[in-house]
Amino acid sequence: MTLMPQLTHWWPRPHFSLFLLVLWLLLVNSVSPGQVLIGAVLGWLIPFSTQQFWPERPHLHNPGRLLLYMLRLLVDILRSNLTVARLILRDPDTLTPGFVRYPLSLTNEFAITMLASSISLTPGTVSAGLSPDRAYLLVHVLHLDDEDELIEQIRERYETPLREILE
Amino acid sequence: MMGESMALPFWLDALIALLLLSGALVALLGSIGLARMPDVYMRLHGPTKASTLGVGATLLGSMIWFGVGHEGLSAQEVLITVFLFATAPVSAHMMARAALHRRVACREGTHGEPWDEMDRLPGYAESSSSSDNQR
Repeated sequence: MTLMPQLTHWWPRPHFSLFLLVLWLLLVNSVSPGQVLIGAVLGWLIPFSTQQFWPERPHLHNPGRLLLYMLRLLVDILRSNLTVARLILRDPDTLTPGFVRYPLSLTNEFAITMLASSISLTPGTVSAGLSPDRAYLLVHVLHLDDEDELIEQIRERYETPLREILE
Repeated sequence: MMGESMALPFWLDALIALLLLSGALVALLGSIGLARMPDVYMRLHGPTKASTLGVGATLLGSMIWFGVGHEGLSAQEVLITVFLFATAPVSAHMMARAALHRRVACREGTHGEPWDEMDRLPGYAESSSSSDNQR
């Protein structure tokens, strides 16, 4: 393995640097020159030193729809929290946990990450692995009623919108 | 400090109290789940609740309190929420994968089987749980 594969940019991601700078200023809640300097250095250093680890850049087709997606995810988190709360208070012996293989149709790395995170964020399901060929996502379900229905739900609610937004 | 909170209208106080209490309740439920569930994979489901809805409700309460009180709206609560939502699923995923790699057994009666691919790793097959059906 070569130490630095082909491209080493001095300033690989200007937008990301700006984002980090703003993030830093919000975190420290101040715009004093010292903090701006620290933020600018961090904003340059972090993208620069991590550039080799970045997956290919996703193409964001429609930021507005991404916002809509996050809103829906929030609603789903609320709803499934109530469901899981009830499950947890039940006798654990009556639960039927299960592993489900979810057949992926996404190919973009970032999109798969978003899908796996969405699955883990909604209580009751945790993504537990990605097959080496990236064809399947292994999902652990706390209480499995109907495997096909679960797969259908994930596809309809998360994967299809993500594909439209990111691929 | 006390003076600020006294100045809030009653319904806002009530709303903040409700948010804090429900956040605490959800965190409690998550911990109960952590204690009660029989295997490591099921235990993973408790903390995801606490770290999404539980912390979310608490932070929303905090945001209203500081936003309406005189400190002014601060973005820090929003940032905490964003970081948490971005990192919690990753850590849950890594814990599940670590458990799978270490061949931690899942509870009897678990449907489906974890990973065919893992079966090819030396020594994985013998640990696969007593599942009843499937593929």
